[in-house]
Amino acid sequence: MSSVSETTVRSEKKDLRVTRSRRNVAWTGVGALVIVAVFAYFPYICGSGTLALMVQGFIVLTLASMWNLLAGYAGLVSVGQQAFVGLGAYFVLLLNIHYVSMFTALPIAAIGCGVAAVPLWWLVSRLRSGYFAIATWVLATTVMLIIEKFPSLGGGTGMSLPHTPNLSSTALLEADTYWIGLAVTVVALGTVYVLLRGRLGLTLTAIRDDEVAARSSGVRVGISRMLVFVIAGIGCGAAGALLAVSQPFVQPGPVFSVQWTAVMAFAVVIGGIGTIEGPLLGTAVYMVLQQELQSYNVWYLIVLGLVAMIVVLVARRGLWGLADDYLHVRLFPVGYWLWPGPGGSRGVAPPR
Amino acid sequence: MAWVNAIIQGVLTGGLYALFACGLSLMFGVMKVVNLAHGDLAVVGGYVALGVIAVTHVPVLLSFLIVVPAMALLGYLLQRTVIQAALNRSVLTTLLVTFGLSVVIENALLQWKHADSHSLGTGNAIITGSFQISSQIQIGYLPLLIFAVAVVVLLGLQYFLSLSKYGRLIRAVADDREAAQLSGVDYRHVFGIAAAIAFGTVALAGIAYGMYSQFAPTTGTDTILLFAFAAVVIGGLGSLWGTLLGGVVLGVAQQIGAQINNSDQLLAGYVVFLAVLVLRPQGLTTRRAQS
Repeated sequence: MSSVSETTVRSEKKDLRVTRSRRNVAWTGVGALVIVAVFAYFPYICGSGTLALMVQGFIVLTLASMWNLLAGYAGLVSVGQQAFVGLGAYFVLLLNIHYVSMFTALPIAAIGCGVAAVPLWWLVSRLRSGYFAIATWVLATTVMLIIEKFPSLGGGTGMSLPHTPNLSSTALLEADTYWIGLAVTVVALGTVYVLLRGRLGLTLTAIRDDEVAARSSGVRVGISRMLVFVIAGIGCGAAGALLAVSQPFVQPGPVFSVQWTAVMAFAVVIGGIGTIEGPLLGTAVYMVLQQELQSYNVWYLIVLGLVAMIVVLVARRGLWGLADDYLHVRLFPVGYWLWPGPGGSRGVAPPR
Repeated sequence: MAWVNAIIQGVLTGGLYALFACGLSLMFGVMKVVNLAHGDLAVVGGYVALGVIAVTHVPVLLSFLIVVPAMALLGYLLQRTVIQAALNRSVLTTLLVTFGLSVVIENALLQWKHADSHSLGTGNAIITGSFQISSQIQIGYLPLLIFAVAVVVLLGLQYFLSLSKYGRLIRAVADDREAAQLSGVDYRHVFGIAAAIAFGTVALAGIAYGMYSQFAPTTGTDTILLFAFAAVVIGGLGSLWGTLLGGVVLGVAQQIGAQINNSDQLLAGYVVFLAVLVLRPQGLTTRRAQS
């Protein structure tokens, strides 16, 4: 019996071709490189207003891709990622007070957030889905209340970074901040992409499809989720550190605001949850909405929230999902595509 | 004596927190919905009461006669439309939809009512009055009244769910909605009724908070939702008695924290919450961990 099925599999194997995508995406890599190069050239041609806006976009994109990893792939709906935004910002402040340059402080702060994520994970991992969500929120508030107790870090009113680099011009400082922001975003997106193509991506897909089945097949569910939580902590911490560098001012209320989570969640949901491309598209939509509606105070958050709710209920896979349905394009393929015959013309979509 | 006073005040405040938590607990117990807009809806209740009092001039203590049915109706409608639609999809969807609702409500209130604080019934003798027990212990009529209301609501709900015919229906739907459906029960309607009850208690919580303290658009998330959640977790998920106990523990922890250092009130409450999460993740009242 077993030999028969083996031969079937073997004979089928000859007829099957497995690729990462339906189309050749080698050009995506080239395209990504070109785009990064173009972005890196921006400080030479753009004004400071545009650069500041771009840095804001980098922060949102980094946060969104981390939240996508959490909610879209690991099923961890965290409403408390602002804990890491705030911690990242405060680590930069703390290091800067001790004469560490704010640009050097940024990666250290990100790693620090990853370390802090381990005990925080231990606290909230006991709760599931909805209760996990609010527990992360409580945790973020608790972290903020603790930080407010240190007058040396500015207490409740916050403080400016005391040792900003003594560069020849503000333009150079803005350009440096921009390049650091670009680097943070590229590293964040690259990390998520590489992780999801590898073993972790497979593990997370298995957990998402059927947690019990995955667990009984030997998938280490707890460790995988913790790894994702720590990585998201590092990413959100880097974004928070970038926020501190770009301001350069840190205040507990704004950096620990739940609005950060609202922004990252809505950007992911509108763009398309569970895809690498979704956060990119969602961030673009967010930035446009925010710019268009910024003269109407908080209207952009209301519109964003309503759009996100509608997308979740009507087009669950977001804008990128809609594009994918019609165009079958994956710029960053992390799944597999099964082809029925050698050189077969129609691919069979893997089960979602 | 100051400590005894802190504990008494904490117990009474705990009643308010249990009232916050009641609707959250009920909606999770019946629909498995964690309503992240819970706190914002309580604030909406507060604003509705403000409007109702301004228009009809009803006494503040009787405003609930109008606000509770109005919020219950809103709850039924929201459950039958948006929340049910989200439930039909996935847990993730319900979380995202209620989170979206929370952000939309909070910012709409900010846009419409600005960040100003409001309170209900200032100048009313019952709301501001108190009686003296000893030189250091003074008990306000209002906290006592809110505590009594919380006990009545939670006990009443427990009684309703375990003994009444409709309560049995709600429990049946909560246990197995397909089986209930096969027995001829429209589970969507039952969910709607449960949501209506939950929103009714949310309205009570909003009015109570408005009389007890001041509310602003952001109160919903940074106070009501988080306190409600802490009370539910401390008490143990899915137990209304536990929710009352959880509220009381949270209230006492906060008052003792305030007694130690005035700025430590909130932190003390959350530290107790985290301690319970570490030492007894199943809560104080439930025996086994629930998945």
